[in-house]
Amino acid sequence: MIGIIDYGMGNLYSVYNALNHIQAPCIITNSKEELEKCEKWILPGVGALPDCISNLKELGLFDYIKEKVQMGKPLLGICLGMQALFEYSMENKYCEGFGFIKGHIELMKDDSVRIPHIGWNLLEKNQDNALFDYLECEPYVYYVHSYFAQDYNEDDLLGYSMYGNLKICGLVQHENVLGAQFHPEKSAENGLKILKYFVEEFV
Amino acid sequence: MHTKRIIPCLDVKDGKVVKGINFVGLKEVGDPVELAKEYYLQQADELVFLDITATHENRDTMVEVVSKVAKEIFIPFTVGGGIRTIEDIHKMLLAGADKVSLNSAAVQNPELISLGAKRFGSQCIVLAIDARKRSNGGWNVFVRGGREDTGMDLLSWVKKGVELGAGEILLTSMDADGTKKGFDIEMLKAVHDICNVPIIASGGCGSLEHFAEVFENDCAEACLAASLFHYNQVTIPEVKHFLSKKGIPVRYED
Repeated sequence: MIGIIDYGMGNLYSVYNALNHIQAPCIITNSKEELEKCEKWILPGVGALPDCISNLKELGLFDYIKEKVQMGKPLLGICLGMQALFEYSMENKYCEGFGFIKGHIELMKDDSVRIPHIGWNLLEKNQDNALFDYLECEPYVYYVHSYFAQDYNEDDLLGYSMYGNLKICGLVQHENVLGAQFHPEKSAENGLKILKYFVEEFV
Repeated sequence: MHTKRIIPCLDVKDGKVVKGINFVGLKEVGDPVELAKEYYLQQADELVFLDITATHENRDTMVEVVSKVAKEIFIPFTVGGGIRTIEDIHKMLLAGADKVSLNSAAVQNPELISLGAKRFGSQCIVLAIDARKRSNGGWNVFVRGGREDTGMDLLSWVKKGVELGAGEILLTSMDADGTKKGFDIEMLKAVHDICNVPIIASGGCGSLEHFAEVFENDCAEACLAASLFHYNQVTIPEVKHFLSKKGIPVRYED
């Protein structure tokens, strides 16, 4: 069972629909009792990181997730949920993240391109990983974001996309934590394959 | 490599697609879910559904359509038409739409843009604008399906809309719409120059070359077309193949 963590923000049903489509049993929940029964978790989300973190704290989930993931629970963060995996963000103001992955989140700045970065971009492979065995080629994936990860550890970077002069940290992994800046649930068949990899094989 | 988007638009009335019945092999002709699936398989980059249902009671039919579509296709899609309140936006997003487009309602009540953007994020607020050229230069914004001239200047409205938090602009040229003579490059350029959010070009597309023209002039990030695709005059793979041969980046996977 995959637990989709509900903290009141974002595209929960898109992830739910995508998992149903690949026949992965899943629930949307914010109850620790329910989450406890799930083998893996997905943290989705759209919006601003300070709101995400404060919602998680209000629900009493922040420390709980942090502890369980540090103990080895596999976690996939998507978009805003991916940004929450890093140490901190400078969105609006300083805001701490889970710190599962080294790096921080800041505003994208490049005069040659439009911000937000909206649309399909090629996900280029940074290193070999079992995830890429699920894909026939480097996939196009769908992004919607204005902030991106910086200062990350190159060893954690699985795939990236170029937007103007910006190198977008697209897919990261550190131990039992996987993060996608793009939306696999909205990235057509290849996106579904990435979710399938997480469900079937990830740690 | 960031790619240019190709977006088919489906007009839905009382739960049925009203244009576009030329696809072969669909289970039910005019079923928006079946058509959406067909476009999804053809590698459309996004879809737009425009609800042209006349009566308020039948609006809930659209919510059902949206929720069925969301279970079958895994690309972003936008729903527009008849969205007047924050509650309407919320309903569509809950049903599974990724974005909503606001047109006349945003003109009447610009706060709808800012409230929507604040609550759900700019990424899901698409400002749809229908505009027509003025005899003295410039363009005016029209509402109510193009029937009513607001007297408002297009460029001022775009600036205001983006300021309020619109994440994308879906710009339809009423002069070009239906002519099949190509997108309104002059108008698109004028809008593209004054704002920093992505522009979706709409109205006038009649051939493969017309898509290329928009991207070669760098005046939009996406092109929207309806009847061209519905009547199978060109297919999405044909458009993408054509553009990629011209060196325009598109998502094109075998």
